[in-house]
Amino acid sequence: MTTQTAEAGQSAYNFAYLDEQTKRMIRRAILKGLAVPGYQVPFASREMPMPYGWGTGGVQVSAATLTPEDCFKVIDQGADDTTNAVSIRKFFERTAQVETTTRTGEATVIQTRHRIPEEPLREDQVLVYQVPIPEPLRFLEPSEVETRKMHALEEYGLMHVKLYEDIARHGAISTAYAYPVKVEGRYVMDPSPIPKFDNPKLEMAAIQLFGAGREQRIYALPPYTQVVSLDFEDHPFDPSKAEHPCDLCGAEDSYLDEVITDDAGSRMFVCSDTDYCLARRDAGHEGAQGARA
Amino acid sequence: MMASEALTDALTGGFADAPTEAARAFRAAMNAMAFPGRIQPITGGQGPAPLSPAAATLLLTLCDPETPLYLAGAHDTQAVRDWVTFHTGAPLAGASEAMFAVGSWEALQPVSAFAIGTSEYPDRSATLIVESAALEQAGSTLTGPGIKETAAFSLPEPDVFAANAARFPLGWDAYFTCGDRLAALPRSTKVS
Repeated sequence: MTTQTAEAGQSAYNFAYLDEQTKRMIRRAILKGLAVPGYQVPFASREMPMPYGWGTGGVQVSAATLTPEDCFKVIDQGADDTTNAVSIRKFFERTAQVETTTRTGEATVIQTRHRIPEEPLREDQVLVYQVPIPEPLRFLEPSEVETRKMHALEEYGLMHVKLYEDIARHGAISTAYAYPVKVEGRYVMDPSPIPKFDNPKLEMAAIQLFGAGREQRIYALPPYTQVVSLDFEDHPFDPSKAEHPCDLCGAEDSYLDEVITDDAGSRMFVCSDTDYCLARRDAGHEGAQGARA
Repeated sequence: MMASEALTDALTGGFADAPTEAARAFRAAMNAMAFPGRIQPITGGQGPAPLSPAAATLLLTLCDPETPLYLAGAHDTQAVRDWVTFHTGAPLAGASEAMFAVGSWEALQPVSAFAIGTSEYPDRSATLIVESAALEQAGSTLTGPGIKETAAFSLPEPDVFAANAARFPLGWDAYFTCGDRLAALPRSTKVS
């Protein structure tokens, strides 16, 4: 079947799966997104051969962005080896015949679900986010007509009220992921459900593209765009993480996953970015439980 | 004889392998828009004069029957019309209806005619493809998204671009093309 033709060097699919007219439509949306950073550009999202919620928005943006010369990496919560990451990587290996990698430094296009790699990205790299709910105001105002007006009028008081109510109730802003940001002092944007630990990294050298398939929105951040996490003078933004070094590689600067290891309450903290962790261990760093068998 | 030559001209100059060449051309166009004022090479298309290869490639990459196109001044020739229609299917339109416009800076005047989007849909704005005699990394000072500190670029009328940036998030966006190179200036870039 298709696997055999792909192996023979010929794919039954158009390059990167999507038809050319669809890619042109997505590309035009990406360009307008870059011209108006943080603004959500509507686009005619297509049915993809995977369910909504599995990264159809990111996949469409990647398909419109990839060239045959690219080296492609996919991460899911920082890991290269989870189902979602593996299947999307295979999808583009088959339909675009691009080279793939798990190493952040080697990749030119990185599709991500809910993390920013620990290793700083360069100007020649593109980071594509999978976005479930692109509208930061959606849980405060369910009407699209209203939220569109609020963005047009720069009416973001409701978001500050929400953060204030967090402080009133919990003593601190309790939003830990999808923490809202303001882009170039204009649009309030949902950075996708990345942990707030990653928010400071949103100001980076690489191009960042955000694709929401079910919600049919594309938005973008050009390199070095000013991205400020919303906060208050007396409650400044705090990109917190677990107070612990990685148990495998000993890193103290990376975002950690807590892993339960038995029924007796034992646990360990490991880097969420698997490539970062592996590279550090290969370089000789070792955490408390990192001794290799 | 003349007619068949003109017809042949209209039929040639498209992408030899549309999916991959359009992908490479788009990356050049995207990098240009993401790094305002930075000059990028772009190749693949070849249109009839006075269309530059860069402008022809941009049209092939971004235009189709959904994008009204305005051909300004010397670019509004039968040969260019035939070429654009055959290769992209883009409907030809006046300045105010156009999503894309191509021509020299002088021919594109008055730029106030182009769509700048609405406050609820700022993306519904025109993209100008300004055919230029030269592109230089010198001239006006640029700051804003996509620029680490400052960039420099040769703009035709800096005041007009500064005014376009002042009404952000509304405004049109511009590509500058010359031979097989292009640069871009989105509305988000501040000009001084």
